[in-house]
Amino acid sequence: MTDAMILVGALRDPDSAQNLAAEQWTALLTIARAEQLIGTLAFRLEGQAVPDGVKAILTDARLNAEVQRRTALWEADCARRALAEYDGKVVLMKGTAYVASDLRAGQGRSIGDLDIMVAQPDLPTVEAMLLAAGWEWVKQDAYDDAYYRDHMHELPPMIHRERDRMIDVHHTILPLTARPRPDAAAMMADAVPLPLAGGVRGGPEKIVGSLPFESDPPPTPPVSGRGEVFVFSPEDMVCHCAAHLFADGDLAGGLRNLWDFHCLTQEFTASDPGFRTRLSQRAEHHGLTAAVERAQRLADHLYVSGCDQITLTDRLFIRRLTARNGYGQQTRRFIRLAFYIRSHALRMPPMMLARHLWTKWRKGHQPKV
Amino acid sequence: MHEFRVSVGPASFRLLSDWQKPIAQMRALYASYPEPEIPDFTVRLEAVSLLRRFLRPSGAIEGDYMLPDAAPLPVEQGLLALEMGMNLQMALGWRRHLILHASAVERDGRVLVMTGLSGSGKSTLSAMLGLDGWRFMGDEFVLIDLVSGAAVPYPRLISLKNLAIAEMQRVAPSAQFGPVMAGTPKGDIRHMVPSPEAVTRMAEPGIPALLLFPSFGYSAAVRELQLSETFVRLTQASPNYVALGEPGFTALARFVKTVPARAIDYETGAEAIAMVEQLWDTLA
Repeated sequence: MTDAMILVGALRDPDSAQNLAAEQWTALLTIARAEQLIGTLAFRLEGQAVPDGVKAILTDARLNAEVQRRTALWEADCARRALAEYDGKVVLMKGTAYVASDLRAGQGRSIGDLDIMVAQPDLPTVEAMLLAAGWEWVKQDAYDDAYYRDHMHELPPMIHRERDRMIDVHHTILPLTARPRPDAAAMMADAVPLPLAGGVRGGPEKIVGSLPFESDPPPTPPVSGRGEVFVFSPEDMVCHCAAHLFADGDLAGGLRNLWDFHCLTQEFTASDPGFRTRLSQRAEHHGLTAAVERAQRLADHLYVSGCDQITLTDRLFIRRLTARNGYGQQTRRFIRLAFYIRSHALRMPPMMLARHLWTKWRKGHQPKV
Repeated sequence: MHEFRVSVGPASFRLLSDWQKPIAQMRALYASYPEPEIPDFTVRLEAVSLLRRFLRPSGAIEGDYMLPDAAPLPVEQGLLALEMGMNLQMALGWRRHLILHASAVERDGRVLVMTGLSGSGKSTLSAMLGLDGWRFMGDEFVLIDLVSGAAVPYPRLISLKNLAIAEMQRVAPSAQFGPVMAGTPKGDIRHMVPSPEAVTRMAEPGIPALLLFPSFGYSAAVRELQLSETFVRLTQASPNYVALGEPGFTALARFVKTVPARAIDYETGAEAIAMVEQLWDTLA
């Protein structure tokens, strides 16, 4: 039966889509939607001769990606205005950072929550400013709340009560209980401002400029951080992408994150031949060498033609990443369960894991595998 | 999985089920509809566990677009589950038109659109008018063309609830009906196949000419609405207005400015039809 390799093939070599039969198109589009890559696929296949039914679906996906891009930038701008009086850096992460920086990884990308990072000591200040600007806690119990605050790399999620959009406020890129301890302070120090201060690049500057928001920053030029937003340096952006993919989580939706990694490394390398060397050095500094190297091998194997330098365990990762059938269902239950267990083993030491799972089980939680 | 494909108006679906029966029911009721080669959406009715595939079988609605916490339905209501799944794909995934949660009928190329909450009678009214000289265009969604403003039909199966079931069986004894599903989350439900004309002409749009907000169960009355009230009520009645962005706003604003609107209260179907005909003659 078909698996997600059909999607990988179309992303790697858009010309190959010419040869797809109707049944394969149906499987490809269904899998791409399930893997949150339909917008990306639509951009990859732009200009290809495709059947009419496919063309309509891809056009929808491109329009939808544009709406998501605009919404994500708008939300980032709302956070910027809410934090206008905050002196430290506000760093955009993941999809929002890619579209705000106009990177190829952002083309057609689906974007859900807004992810930002601030310096760890400033969390209470930032939290208070966001609460004052209309964000509120997503309802959850005391255990979850304490767990986030004690052990996680981000605050418990908040949602804006009017716009219904979630924000994740990070202070580092991996759970505090994970073995690698990336140097969050260095990441913050090296984060770079987005070219357009006072408005996210490509974003709705016109709208922002024309409405008299009470929370608008004063019209004086921004000083260190104020009213500006930042993104990670290219090396840190790639390190974060790899950490997110292989040092955290069970690889659900991993094909999209690996596509991010592929686009980022290709684009940064093309504009700067020294990038790979600096990436290796930076990965080593963060303790993320294994994650970055695995991401590179898998991205090259899946998304670049003629790259077959993979290990036996890499093959297991590929089995997990492509575990989806042409109906859009997840397959390979056993291997998914194995990766689910791995994600918890990575996240915390064994005794702590036992205690956590016991607490969760007593509350009726079931793993979504 | 068992599979059936169907086109309804401009949208097309692949329906999948772990059980054969709901697919066979769909196949029978949608027999006269065309089958797409590459469907726009996939809907799956999946057993919630291996046990629930066989013992007191119940299925969850999955698909390209899903709600996170949708409750599973017993497999006897599988037909309803698949229909709900199709509605969900349209509501969350369709971007080619502005969708109004409304019913519609057409006469002389001009369209009457009726919108309201569940229980307002919009579905039953459209079915009754469909037997009475109008072409039935849809009882759930009306699709507004983003460029031309035309109303595009979406004549899925007509979903009759509770008292409307017996009433339609009485006035349309020769129509094709689906199985009676008792005790669903929305009460008793029975589907009715739209007239052959509704299906053969489902690619034919019309110009919106009158908008009504019916309310069932009140003594007969007609009320005018301000443009602003109509606009706000329609934004609430459109599942994809926000997702469409500016084109959605433009299409809705034009609709509100060009189509006269009235709220009507009624107590019987015959009363409502007389009011509709009278308003149509004076306003449309």
